[in-house]
Amino acid sequence: MFVYILKRLLATIPVLLIVAIFVFLLLRLTPGDPAAILAGDAATPAQLERIRDRLGLNDPLHIQFVTWFGQMLKGDLGTSLISNTDVLDMVRDRLGPTINIAVMTIIISVALAVPMGVIAAWRHRTWIDFAVMSFSVLGFSVPVFVIGYILIQVFAIELRWVPVQGYASPSDGIGAFFSRAILPSLTLATIYVALIARMTRASMLEVLGEDYVRTARAKGVRENVVLFRHALRNAAVPILTIIGTGFALLISGVVVTESVFNIPGIGRLTVDAILARDYPVIQAMILLTAGIYVMVNLIVDVSYSFFDPRIRY
Amino acid sequence: MQFKTRDFSTASRVLKIRKLEVGLAGRPRAEKVLKGIDLDIRAGETHCLVGESGSGKSVTSLATMGLLPKDALEVQGGLIDLEGFEITSATHAQMRELRAQRIAMIFQEPMTALNPVLRVGEQIEEVLNMHTDLSQAEAKKRTLDIMDQVHLPDVQRIYSAFPHQLSGGQRQRIMIAMALVLDPDLLIADEPTTALDVTTQLQILRLIEEMQERHGTAVLFITHDMGVVAEIADTVSVMQKGEIVESAPIRELLTNPQQDYTRKLLTAVPNLKPRPARVVAEKAAVLDVTGLDMTYGGSGWLRRSEGVHAARDVTFDIAPGRTLGIVGESGSGKSTVARCIMRLIDPTGGEVTVAGTEISRLSRRQLQPHRKHFQIVFQDPYRSLNPRWTVARSLCEGPINFGTPKAEAMKHAAELMELVHLPTDALDRYPHQFSGGQRQRIAIARAVAMKPDLLVADEAVSALDVSVQAQVLDLLDDVQERFGIAMLFITHDLRVAAQICDDVVVMQKGAVVEQGPAGAVLSNPRHDYTRSLIEAAPGRHWDFANFRALDRAPAAQGATS
Repeated sequence: MFVYILKRLLATIPVLLIVAIFVFLLLRLTPGDPAAILAGDAATPAQLERIRDRLGLNDPLHIQFVTWFGQMLKGDLGTSLISNTDVLDMVRDRLGPTINIAVMTIIISVALAVPMGVIAAWRHRTWIDFAVMSFSVLGFSVPVFVIGYILIQVFAIELRWVPVQGYASPSDGIGAFFSRAILPSLTLATIYVALIARMTRASMLEVLGEDYVRTARAKGVRENVVLFRHALRNAAVPILTIIGTGFALLISGVVVTESVFNIPGIGRLTVDAILARDYPVIQAMILLTAGIYVMVNLIVDVSYSFFDPRIRY
Repeated sequence: MQFKTRDFSTASRVLKIRKLEVGLAGRPRAEKVLKGIDLDIRAGETHCLVGESGSGKSVTSLATMGLLPKDALEVQGGLIDLEGFEITSATHAQMRELRAQRIAMIFQEPMTALNPVLRVGEQIEEVLNMHTDLSQAEAKKRTLDIMDQVHLPDVQRIYSAFPHQLSGGQRQRIMIAMALVLDPDLLIADEPTTALDVTTQLQILRLIEEMQERHGTAVLFITHDMGVVAEIADTVSVMQKGEIVESAPIRELLTNPQQDYTRKLLTAVPNLKPRPARVVAEKAAVLDVTGLDMTYGGSGWLRRSEGVHAARDVTFDIAPGRTLGIVGESGSGKSTVARCIMRLIDPTGGEVTVAGTEISRLSRRQLQPHRKHFQIVFQDPYRSLNPRWTVARSLCEGPINFGTPKAEAMKHAAELMELVHLPTDALDRYPHQFSGGQRQRIAIARAVAMKPDLLVADEAVSALDVSVQAQVLDLLDDVQERFGIAMLFITHDLRVAAQICDDVVVMQKGAVVEQGPAGAVLSNPRHDYTRSLIEAAPGRHWDFANFRALDRAPAAQGATS
């Protein structure tokens, strides 16, 4: 198992390297002088030369890459062109809110969707199954911002249970964090509940037809034990895959929700950076996203063996 | 042949089924699946329920367990009385209490019947946790005890093993331990040995017998294998199309069957006496296998691993119009040999010559023109035909690939339908519209459509009922005679091998242990392994088709020497 994880970690190196090369070339191959892009429209020739020198643009391309890559490994991702602050610090500041919201979203999604899917499969072709499936279709089809605004309208404006917008870190107090994080998490969770519930139902339907489920019933095992001990663990692998992919997508896909709820997360940071052509920040975001995808995939793959002993690495 | 002759008239009645009717759920007027059956089993008795697939054997057992698939089947009349308790009107909670405590069941396929993600010890222990108040320690002690009783080795280790880490026989022992841990009055065994090798089958049958004697359990044993019936039954019921057509003590049923259907069923059982050898053709061999080797895995990336030697130095040849059988248990390498010859896998050594061409080292592209010379029929006709293709399309695909004009291929396909005794309009239908036997006929027609020199049949009749099996074997014989095809017949069933093969190769753990004319190998085996295979064949001393004992039991000489 340890060897497997090590191998997988080694295998991520080429992936991340390719991403790094791409990110590096992003600036160099963009039409025009990178220094001019970096410096902006109002730069003087002296400023341009300084930037060119700082970036090492006068060196051959591969030397430039090695230098850039070395800096990146040391955590130096450059400075933002707009705010002139260190990119790593910016990302670090913004990552917290996004991760917190994403984790909360996944917890809500799994807690709702898995039982929904299990019960839908158990009561296959009854009104419960029909209701779960209908909700699932709805969750897929209603745009995220519509759900967000509806939730704000109902819970924040009408009922006044929670603030309309904003973010508080858990270190500012759990209550403050939850009251602000709950609506964005619910908003984001809608589509994942739909997705995970569907997958759970499909996977459970297959497993419930297996011989060992019949064996469990022949042993006189209670129905809830049949469902959750015997069937669900066998149905876990496809469900985990969906949850893992969902989590990775969440990190990079929170733009709309962060805008609606005015959360200072990386989704908004990315959008702002793209609009302002803040290349160092864009580079950092691409690297970060790639890294998260690779790590989440590894965690999901390793967790398979926890649920299914036949999978051994 | 020694039959059981125990008398149970004084024993208490454990199960009484009267006029049991089972039909499609919600459709009381549709044709019933069980049409009013009666059944009695007394304590300590083994009652065998035999019949072909679809006759209602399993439905009977599931109805007794209260495990009929809901939304599909339901009891629509009659009584199932388990020692005074009426099962048909029991609630879910009552049935749950009953199961494992008073009535337990073991299933055909021990791999799929055990939960793959739970340790086998836990799965047995779960029964105790559900039905008793034993402490964790006591439950574990009792689990280990029952595992010991079913003769599992090293119970401490196996307790925490997962099903996939055990052999088929060990898994079935776990199933038996699980069924008997609470000492039920009735054990239902639904084809419990069908998926096992003969030698393992024998051990499991002995085990069930031993456990039955120790605990006085009544056993309802469902099987399609008359050999098994002859070995273990006290009494037998024969089922056909949802009805019990005949019920009698074992000796009476086998020596003097009253019903036509019973006679038909018994006549279809092939016996172990080899067919008379056919004249050896003086023609060059169609298939010549020399020193065939197949090692799986073996090339590690950093360290070199051993690999699995699935076939070792296998050598044989087959002349036109002759049939050679490869027999052996699962894992013996017989299917590996077939796949190497078909080049479905690439052998790691040796030579395979088909119709004069050495094919074992040809590239896929070079091999393509030679493919039409050798064709294969697989075990499971339900999965070997493309479900979304009409029969005509499956039959014509090969010839068209080799340049036959479509019209001609269609004409030939129609002729083939006649050859395999199917109506011509079958060509426009899809595989699911046919029975298992009919599908296997289609699969044979598909193989023959290529006009091959060599036909490989990989367990081609193993999934079929005996009466259908006999028909398909006849068909294969007929096809062979007509076209002079050489046939390689892979089977684990010595009876089948005795019926169809001229020559036999016996394999064990990838190596050939004995080969020669079928008559010599099967009636006078020289190798211990061949002998143990023959001795494990259930009911081998009985000539079912003639309702009497075999005059001279095959292998008798070998066994006593």
